[in-house]
Order: sequence, then C-alpha cells, then structure tokens
Amino acid sequence: MKWGVLHFPGSNDERDTVYALESILGYDARLLWHGDRNVSDCDAIVLPGGFSYGDYLRCGALARFSRVMEAVAAFAESGGPVLGICNGFQVLCEAGILPGALVQNRGLKFRCIPTELTIENNTTAFTRSFASGDRAVIPVKHGEGCYVADQRTLAEIQDNGQVVFRYTNNPNGSIDDIAGISNRHGNVVGLMPHPEHAVDPLTGVTDGQALFQSVGAWKEAA
Amino acid sequence: MNFVARVYVVPKPAILDPQGKAVETSLHSLGYDEVGDVRLGKYIEVKLSGDGTAGVEARVEEMCRSLLANEVIEDYRFDVESA
Repeated sequence: MKWGVLHFPGSNDERDTVYALESILGYDARLLWHGDRNVSDCDAIVLPGGFSYGDYLRCGALARFSRVMEAVAAFAESGGPVLGICNGFQVLCEAGILPGALVQNRGLKFRCIPTELTIENNTTAFTRSFASGDRAVIPVKHGEGCYVADQRTLAEIQDNGQVVFRYTNNPNGSIDDIAGISNRHGNVVGLMPHPEHAVDPLTGVTDGQALFQSVGAWKEAA
Repeated sequence: MNFVARVYVVPKPAILDPQGKAVETSLHSLGYDEVGDVRLGKYIEVKLSGDGTAGVEARVEEMCRSLLANEVIEDYRFDVESA
C-alpha cells in the first residue's frame, strides 16, 4: 500500500509520519507538496500536524486553498481513506470535509501529554483494527484542539457514529470529550492526538500503529 | 473607485472564548467592576476597488463567508467606505 503525506509550508510532522509508515510499518510513502495536482498513485493520504501557513487567520484556514487540496477533496469524495492529524484535522474541518471546528484550548495552555482514548467506532478506515471500546494511549501536542460544533451538528455526528475517539481525561475542553471524528462514510478521519508519534517501541507506546494498519483491513472489508 | 472594508470577526456567543475570559478577569482585577462579558476577536481592513458600495459590499460578504470568518465558530460584520 502506498501512502501520500501532505507537506504544506509550515507542516512539521510530515517526516515523522513518513518514518512511521515506512521504517516502522513497512509501507511505501511519499510526500505530496502543496502545489501537487495528482494524488492518484496513493492508496491513502495523511494530512500531518504542524502550523500550515503559519496558522495565519485561523488554524488550517489557508491550507485548504492550496492546489493539492482539490485533489485530496476529490480523493475523499470518491471514498479514499484520508487521515487528518492535529493541524491536518483542523484543515479538514476548515475545508468542510469534516464537520465542526477546533478552537483554542479551554485552559489557554499548549498541552503536550500522552492521552488515553476510547475507540467509539471501530468501523472507520482508521479504527478497523481496534475493538469497539478499546483504549489506546496516544500523545497530544496542541494549543488549539478544543473541538466545537453546534447542537444540531453534534446530535447528527453522535447519531451517525461519527464520534470516533474520546478522551478519558479531556486535555483541552473539547465538547463531549471528543478527540476525533469521521465523515459520514468513515473514510475520512480527523483527530488531535498524534498516532505517528506512538509507533516506535523505542519511545514507549505503539498504540498508534493500529490506526495506520486499519486501512488494509478496512479495504478488504469494503 | 477605491474602497476600504472594515471587517470585525468575533467568536459566536455559544463558543467559549477563553482569551476574552482572561481579559475580563484581568479588567476585574484592575478594579473595573462594571465590566461584563469580554469577547476577543479580529479586525481586518481590506482595501479594494469597485464600481459602487452595493457591489463592493456583496464582494466583501463573499470574502467573509469563504475565508475571513468561519461561520461554525465566528460571527462577522463589516462596513464599507470609499477611500
């Protein structure tokens, strides 16, 4: 399986993501520059963390207008698996590919800690390898990770099973402890915690591996 | 004709505004007991050209919806003046 990892000006986790995919998990992976038009050689796409376009205006607001995002939106629309991590999650929300928005942490502080997550929906492209209700420890590092949505959107995503991850101990004030969500079809997932930083036994936790490994199982089941 | 649009963007009332809350608390600690709610937002000045105020307003409205504000979390208003 070949992964494409987006690289916007100001992204900073794209190389860690490629390392996780290639060196730890044994997939092919390549960087996709923000000006690329073609993602058709990729089987799955990751929007990595960082500060795309300096987080100017709002986190993720400018990246959605980059040329590569047109191709990513079409890829997502056609059912291709897309994972947005941290800033990548913010970009997907700003682009309207995922519902809701991410705002400044309720406590005003940048949080950099391991968080325990509950897998609320194990049928998405990135949670297929988990059992429903499984717990995973994955670190967060963000200042703007508080998930918000209006009441109607919130009811809708709850009813559709689009809440994918919840924090055991909410680090940022996210509504209903939401750490990650999916689109209606489950092929697009966004989360604030960083699975690419939880793959190497050297650094202690490897719970993030299952997110990437899920795509294969999900494709087979489809 | 040249115009200047002044755009104000603030968090929606339903969205918690922790920066505004922090400023509110600081104003209270300075003794400004009369201060109620404080909302912290953005002020954006856009210089642009157009044929008339109505057309320019329509364009700025579009800009607000597509980029300057995120309507999930923010309200916006603006005024347009010839420059």
